Amino acid sequence: MNKLELSSLYQLTLVRFKLILREPEAIFWIFIFPILLAVGLGIAFRNRPADVLQVGATTTQLTQALAADKGLAATTLNEADGTRALATGRILLLAIQRPDGVAYKFDDTNPDARTARMIVDRAIQTAAGQREAVRAENQLVHETGARYIDFVVPGLLGMNLMGSAMWGLGFAIVEARQKKLLKRMVASPMPRWQYLMSFLLSRLALLIVEVAVFLGFARVAFGVPFRGSLLQLGLLCLMTSMAFSALGLLVSSRARTMEAASGLMNLVMLPMWILSGIFFSASRFPAVVQPLVRALPLTAAIDAMRGNMLQGMSLGQLVLPVAILMAWFVVPFAVSLRIFRWR
Amino acid sequence: MTNVPANSKKAAAGGFTPATGQRASGSSLRMRGVRKAFADVQAVDGLDLEVAQGECFGLLGPNGAGKTTTIEICEGLTAPDEGAVEVLGLNWRTGANELRQRIGIQLQETQFPDKLTVEETLRLFRSFFKRGISVDESIETAQLEEKRKSRVGGLSGGQKQRLAMACALVGDPELLFLDEPTTGLDPQARRHLWDLVDRLKLAGRTIILTTHYMEEAERLCDRVAIMDHGKVIALGTPQQLIATVGGEDIVEFAVSSIENGDGHAAVEAAPLTAISGVQSHRVDAGLHQLSVSELHLAVPRIFAALSAQGLHLSEFRTHSATLEDVFVRLTGRNLRDE
Repeated sequence: MNKLELSSLYQLTLVRFKLILREPEAIFWIFIFPILLAVGLGIAFRNRPADVLQVGATTTQLTQALAADKGLAATTLNEADGTRALATGRILLLAIQRPDGVAYKFDDTNPDARTARMIVDRAIQTAAGQREAVRAENQLVHETGARYIDFVVPGLLGMNLMGSAMWGLGFAIVEARQKKLLKRMVASPMPRWQYLMSFLLSRLALLIVEVAVFLGFARVAFGVPFRGSLLQLGLLCLMTSMAFSALGLLVSSRARTMEAASGLMNLVMLPMWILSGIFFSASRFPAVVQPLVRALPLTAAIDAMRGNMLQGMSLGQLVLPVAILMAWFVVPFAVSLRIFRWR
Repeated sequence: MTNVPANSKKAAAGGFTPATGQRASGSSLRMRGVRKAFADVQAVDGLDLEVAQGECFGLLGPNGAGKTTTIEICEGLTAPDEGAVEVLGLNWRTGANELRQRIGIQLQETQFPDKLTVEETLRLFRSFFKRGISVDESIETAQLEEKRKSRVGGLSGGQKQRLAMACALVGDPELLFLDEPTTGLDPQARRHLWDLVDRLKLAGRTIILTTHYMEEAERLCDRVAIMDHGKVIALGTPQQLIATVGGEDIVEFAVSSIENGDGHAAVEAAPLTAISGVQSHRVDAGLHQLSVSELHLAVPRIFAALSAQGLHLSEFRTHSATLEDVFVRLTGRNLRDE
């Protein structure tokens, strides 16, 4: 045996790595799932020429007036059918012919419906002979980096790094504890820190593949931009993964059963799925909860990645999220080292 | 040992360097007044033990007697509430790192990762030790050559147990702890493991094992401590302990009276114990037990005494006295009762 084979840290890391690769489900969740998700979202939010809004009208005259606007697709419906179509979301607005004019039926809390209300009204007023008071002209901009897919890719990356780090670490540790393997390990002369370190190192090796596959796909399939330094993006991914690994370690440091661990894991991850701006901007939450939202590791990670990829920001400009991520690495790791249950 | 190639025994024995560096005392383990309680259970209740270098020492007792707690205290996995433990002349408080390098441990219920191969598992454990035997040697010793590339999940119970032994051996330990090494194994796998322990004994290794199988303790151990309720209730070589039963053989019988031909009839014990060679008499659930020396002379007299009482034998058998009988005599319970 050569020197490397006799190194316990190398052996521990190698074993971790092999065990992950021999778990087909893990491969699916780490590598395939994020790509499927990106494809799905990419299809759902693909670049439509412009949003064509579905609307309804009760008379053919009205329908013709509405069809004149390219932003609208109008159907003729009677009032009862139209109301039903409105309720099921098939149309956003129903224009009803009244003896004294037109009534618009729509949900004013839905932004699309409010937009429809404006376009429909303009189309009907124009058809009735209204003229623009001020001459206006549109200049259209379709730039990559401002599309939804560009926004959501860093979010998915962050979410994926969180999931794979936490599940990867947490389950493996709890399983080893449950099967008394942890106890057997500490009964040997193995240095305990190396055991925990081997999880981080194997994570690191997987991370490179995981991030490269996902971002490569996003680049090739959707042309998602990388405006910042790729090296710095890699560093951000690393910090994200380490922070969530530490959190996964903390969550699994006492749990004796898989059930307890997965409950805790979901408890920790659920708020971040909702609050951290994976699918929409976290700044939509009320100002009161913003400090909390900003302090979450996933928010920090996604903000920093969006800053890097979409705005080309350097690490120097991302001090706050980076500091938050570092804190989420150091504190949970230190705490779990103290409270870790080895048997 | 019929299924083993002739050279493997030699290779296995030759693979080990004799344990060196022992203190002049020659004792591998010393426990003084050790106590350990869990919640409301006094698992170990004032234990004094000493195990000599090169000895195979057995802790025998029913489940819950405190054997595992005792061995885990020796292994440094459980801290005793009270008392002193000295292993290879060191103690766990100051010498843990050195001790971990010098002892080999097999725990009762370790499940190694199913998706690693035998070789990978051993290579991992080998990497923890500064010195030791090669992975190949450990595979050979545990007779897992054919399973070298197999995943642990596909091994039989006996093979998994031999893998656990191999993991305990890779560091070429001076002292080996085996916690119930054959529990749950079928008789053939058990015999296979006994052969392995025999070879380790031949190589001069100190072994401390726990078991609740008396035949295992008799077969493997130079000395045995019988434990019950956290205490050692008997200590000695298997022969010495068996001698305390009083006779070399045990006669067991059940009777029914001739008149009603059914049910257990009363037996007068005095005429039986009066027979020369009969040392003691006890009854357990209708089954009478006599410990007997000079079986060939005593048995005809026992028959005579029973028929004189008008009793009809419904069962009769004899066996050589075992450690089980020692336990029964000391506690009035069977080892397997628990």
